[in-house]
Amino acid sequence: MGSTLVEKVFSARCGTAVRAGEVVMAPIDAAMIHDITGPLAVRTFREMGGERVHDPSRVVMLFDHQVPADSIAAAENQAFMRGFAREQGIRNYDLREGVCHQVMLEKGHAAPGEIVIGSDSHTCMYGAVGAFATGVGSTDMGFALRFGALYFRVPETIRVTVEGTFPERVGPKDLILSIVGDIGADGATYRAVEFGGPVVSDMSLPGRMTLCNMAIEMGAKVGIVPPDERTWAYLGERRPGITPFELASDPDATFTETRHYDASSLEPQVAVPHNVDHVVPVSQVAGTRIDQVFIGSCTNGRFEDLSDAAEVLGDREFSKDVRVIVIPASREEYLRALRAGLIERFVEAGALVEAPCCGPCMGGAFGLIGPGEVSLSTSNRNFRGRQGSTDGEVYLCSAATAAASAVTGVITDPRVI
Amino acid sequence: MTQQMEKETIRVVTLEAFPRVWKFGDDIDTDAIIPGRFLTINDPAELAKHAFEGTRDEFAREVRPGDVVVGGRNFGMGSSREHAPLALKGAGVRFVVAESFARIFYRNAVNVGLLPLTTASTAAFEDGATVAVDLVANVISVDGVSYLLDPVPGFLQRIADAGGLVEYARTIGEVELCSTGSR
Repeated sequence: MGSTLVEKVFSARCGTAVRAGEVVMAPIDAAMIHDITGPLAVRTFREMGGERVHDPSRVVMLFDHQVPADSIAAAENQAFMRGFAREQGIRNYDLREGVCHQVMLEKGHAAPGEIVIGSDSHTCMYGAVGAFATGVGSTDMGFALRFGALYFRVPETIRVTVEGTFPERVGPKDLILSIVGDIGADGATYRAVEFGGPVVSDMSLPGRMTLCNMAIEMGAKVGIVPPDERTWAYLGERRPGITPFELASDPDATFTETRHYDASSLEPQVAVPHNVDHVVPVSQVAGTRIDQVFIGSCTNGRFEDLSDAAEVLGDREFSKDVRVIVIPASREEYLRALRAGLIERFVEAGALVEAPCCGPCMGGAFGLIGPGEVSLSTSNRNFRGRQGSTDGEVYLCSAATAAASAVTGVITDPRVI
Repeated sequence: MTQQMEKETIRVVTLEAFPRVWKFGDDIDTDAIIPGRFLTINDPAELAKHAFEGTRDEFAREVRPGDVVVGGRNFGMGSSREHAPLALKGAGVRFVVAESFARIFYRNAVNVGLLPLTTASTAAFEDGATVAVDLVANVISVDGVSYLLDPVPGFLQRIADAGGLVEYARTIGEVELCSTGSR
């Protein structure tokens, strides 16, 4: 019987064949901590008797949820974390680089076959480069800091293959929303979701990141794409000297489920309040009045997304009735957008462009909505209260749909503007 | 009249003496359990003051030590914030019972010593019902009716038995890398 990609990762890292369902104490190749969940992780590390982090070279710290500090409490937490980084010799990007998941990938902290954890649920995004990566809580992180290893239940795998070609102004975000809608908010709990097929092979790394990022919205432990030439090309600049190798599920591997999608028949998708799996084609909610649009986040704050938004925007202005907040996912993405003239165009059109951070998706820092207000967002969660008032509403969509809607002031199909 | 008053008095005494059910539905997310704006707080007792704020405001005011939080499917979906199980623990809740849990919340709860328990159906568990959990018999009784609880997976049971992952970690010294165990 063959093995899945994820079984191969655990088997290789452990030097012994492990199967889905087994629980294994696996070594950690990289661990990411940030300003929100980091302080509790450090506390549990101490409580476990930790004095020196097991391997500081494998730990990455950065701040992105409340930056620059929006309260004295946030400033205190960040100062505490800075002190820990200095004391332990941990690499700390502080608030300079951007949203944790984007930074972890663009700085080369995840690569095929590695086991990476982060104390943030969207850590599952690093599967985009063929790593096994998953979000953990602060106490699990404290354990990993202390021992350099963590318990994992090796997950079964759901395979999703995508054929066809995306229609104009339809892309990875529409695809993943559609998949989440079908599989449901808990349909992949404790499983890996492996994406493949010609559409995924042709997809850029940023697109794959969007897919893998939202695996957690189906309950999955990781979203993963087998590494290919695109992956190795992406890593070449970020992990100098890395040698490509084969890593894919065997043809006779056991999948709990295989799903097929045809990108050609996909319409722009929207997740409606208050669950990510409440997904409908944009036509069903077109005309819904909106108060705020957020283009950004680890899901859709990359250059490609900003470029999609700018293409839809053209030389128009954003609606005077909508607050448009644009936040590039990282300094690198920000600079690319700046040099390409996208930032200037957004500002001219009436957007607020903020420095790289989680922004409104954090639901506590800034850009909150009030009771009765509606946000349309390119981020990953539309839970009640996620972006402020529990009497507000959040809709999720692609950057193209967000830009079209920001122009008209109502939810709009980006293909008809 | 007197008899009825006596009855009501007894009923009130009973409610105060026994833990009760706080009933929630399916897909309760971690933003509902503790909203993002309170994540700068790291103290369980302080977090407890904001548990379910905006979703069910009376929870923080009225929850009593020993009360049991009950959900349907996929309790705790969403973020990895350990502030969510800590807020419930800080409120004196020891057990969360649901038909299923989201993965990260489930593990976080075990790790912080808040025991997540699953049972086939929570449909009959009424909000405010009296409740008792018997971990020896693996049974939850709600308003006097007993329901079987599912066993906790073996490796998590060891952590739960220790009282959480911090306590467990203190007992092990070092880890045996790549040791495997059953599910």
